[in-house]
Amino acid sequence: MAAARQKIKSPVWTLARRKVVWAYIFLAIPILFFAYIRIYPALFAFQMSLHDYNPLAAEQPYVGLENYEKLVDELNKRKSPTKAAFQNTVNYLLLGVPIQLCLALMISLMLNEIRFMSTIYRIMFFLPFVTSTIAIAWVFRMLYQPRFGLVNVMLQLVSLPQQPFLKSPAQALPSVLSLVVWQGMGFAVIIFLAGLKQIPRTYYEAAEVDGASRWHTFRFITLPLLNPTIVFLLVLQTISFLRMFAPVLAMTEQGRGGPLDSTTTVVLRVYREAFTSFNMGYASSLTVVLFAFILIITIIQLRVTARRIN
Amino acid sequence: MAAITPSNLFRERSQSRAVGSGRGEWKYRAFSYLVLTVCALTMVVPFIWMLSTSFKPEKEILRRNFFPNEATTANYSEVITETDLPLWYKNSFIVAVFSTISVAFFDSLAGYVFAKYQFPGKRPIFIIFLTSLMVPTEMLIIPWFIMSSNPPIGGTWVDTYWGIAFPGVITASGIFLMRQFMQGVPDELLDAGRIDGVSEFGLYWRVAVPLSLPAIGALCIFNFLGNWNAFIWPLIATSKSEMFTLPVGIQLFSSEAQTPWNLIMTGASLSVVPLLIVVIIFQRYIIEGIALTGLKG
Repeated sequence: MAAARQKIKSPVWTLARRKVVWAYIFLAIPILFFAYIRIYPALFAFQMSLHDYNPLAAEQPYVGLENYEKLVDELNKRKSPTKAAFQNTVNYLLLGVPIQLCLALMISLMLNEIRFMSTIYRIMFFLPFVTSTIAIAWVFRMLYQPRFGLVNVMLQLVSLPQQPFLKSPAQALPSVLSLVVWQGMGFAVIIFLAGLKQIPRTYYEAAEVDGASRWHTFRFITLPLLNPTIVFLLVLQTISFLRMFAPVLAMTEQGRGGPLDSTTTVVLRVYREAFTSFNMGYASSLTVVLFAFILIITIIQLRVTARRIN
Repeated sequence: MAAITPSNLFRERSQSRAVGSGRGEWKYRAFSYLVLTVCALTMVVPFIWMLSTSFKPEKEILRRNFFPNEATTANYSEVITETDLPLWYKNSFIVAVFSTISVAFFDSLAGYVFAKYQFPGKRPIFIIFLTSLMVPTEMLIIPWFIMSSNPPIGGTWVDTYWGIAFPGVITASGIFLMRQFMQGVPDELLDAGRIDGVSEFGLYWRVAVPLSLPAIGALCIFNFLGNWNAFIWPLIATSKSEMFTLPVGIQLFSSEAQTPWNLIMTGASLSVVPLLIVVIIFQRYIIEGIALTGLKG
C-alpha cells in the first residue's frame, strides 16, 4: 500500500497494480484450498502407493513399486478379487455406456418431436438422476428380491420362471447395471435434447423438400451434427462408470460385490482394501491406475474436440 | 436463447406442423408416445413402489401386493422415533447448506477474478484449478482420511461437520462456470464503479454478483443436490451414527441380521421425496442449467 501511494503520479499503473494485489487477495483462500485439499492429497496418493502404508502400523516402509507388482500379479492370476474388479468395471462400461447412450438418444429424438405432455415426460426421465443413489439402489435391491420383489411378481404374472437376479453370479452384474443405466438416463436425455436444439431447423426443412426418409435425415443430418454431444456424453459416462461404487455397495450382500465377486468394481476394491484391510498403499496404487485411465480418456477427448475445431 | 413471444411461438408451431405432415406421420407419433410412456413409467414405478412399501405394515412386506391392503404410517413413526434418521436429516442439511453457501461465495469470487482481472500467474493458476477436475475423488479419499485423523487445526476432523464438508467447499467446475458467466459483466460498468470510488470487493458484491444471480442460483441448486446425495466421502468421514448423513445412514440401516425392508423404504422415501418436490418445482431451471453447463450433480 505504501508503495502504491508513492506512485500516485501515474494513476493507471497504480490501478493495474492495485488490481493485481486484489486479485491475489480474492484468490488466496481458493489457492490455499486447491493446494492443500486437491493437489497435495493427489501427490500424497502417489507417494502412498510406493509405501506399505498401514495407518495402524508403527512404520510405513518404502517398498518401491511392490504395490504395482502385486497388482500385476493379481491380474495375472486365474482368479483374484482385483482381477474380477477390473474385469467387471470393463464389463459395466462396455455394456452400460452404449446401452445408455442409445436408449437416451432414442428417447430424446422422440421427446424432441412431441409437444403434448413433453414437460411431464422430461420430468419423469429426470427424477432418478437427482435422487440419492444409495436410497434408490436399496429400492432396486428390494425390486429384485425373490418371491416378493416386484420384478419376480411381474414375471409370475406373465407365467415366466422366477429369477435369482442379485443372488446369481451370472445375473447380478446386469441387475446392478440396469440401476446405473436407469439412473443416468435422464442426464443423457437432457444433454441430447440440448444438442438437438442446436441443429438448425432449416436443415430438416431442406431434407423434407428433398424427400429424405426419416432414417436418412437421422443418419446424414442429426447424427453428424450431434457428434460433439455424443463425444461429450461418451467421455462423461465412461468416467462415471469407471468410478462406479455406491450401487454395488448398496445392492450386494454386506457390500462385498458378490456373489463370488461377480459385481465388484475397482473403486469397491479400493474401499475394501483401504478401509477394511487397511492396505492403504496397495489401495492407493489402484487409485493411481484409475487416475491414469481417466487421464487417458480426458486427453483423447481433448484431442478429438481440438481436431474438430481446427 | 431467443425470447419466447407469442408470435415466434406460433411460427415454430406452424413450422413443425409443416415438417411433420403426411407420410404416416401419425403412426410414428403414436409409436413415439407408446415408447415414451413405457420408458417414463419405468422411471417412476420404483419411486411408487418405494412409497407404497413405506406405508405397508410389516406383515405385508413379504406379500405380493403392490399397494398396501391396510395402509399405515407406523413405519414413519418408528423411523422417526427409534432411529437416528432425524439426526441424519439435520446433518445432511447442515453439510449441504454450509457447502452451498461457501461454494456460492468462493466460486463466484474466484470466477470473477479469472474473468475480470489481469495478473501475473493467472493462466497457470487457472490451469491448475482445472486440472484438479481430472483427479477423481476416489484417489483423494485415502489421503483425506489420513489428513482428517491428523489435521493441522483441531484434534480430529472425523465425525465433524467440517470433516464431512471440507472437500466440497470450493469446486473447480463451479469456478469455471462462474468465470464463463462473469465474462459477460460489462467492463464499463466496473470502471464506472471504480471512478465512483467503489472498492474492489464492492464491485464484485454489488455489480458482478447481482448480474450473475441466475448462474449462481443454478450452481447452488446443483451443489445442494450433489452434497445431499454425496456418499463415498461422508461414509469414510463419519464413524458415529449421530454424525451420519442420510445416504450413509440408509446404507448402514441393515447392518443387523435382518433387512428391515419397510424401514429402509421409509427412510429412502423420507430422503428422496422432499428433494423430488423441490426439483419438480424448479425443474425448468434445473434442466436448463444442466443443458447449459453439463454439470453433474
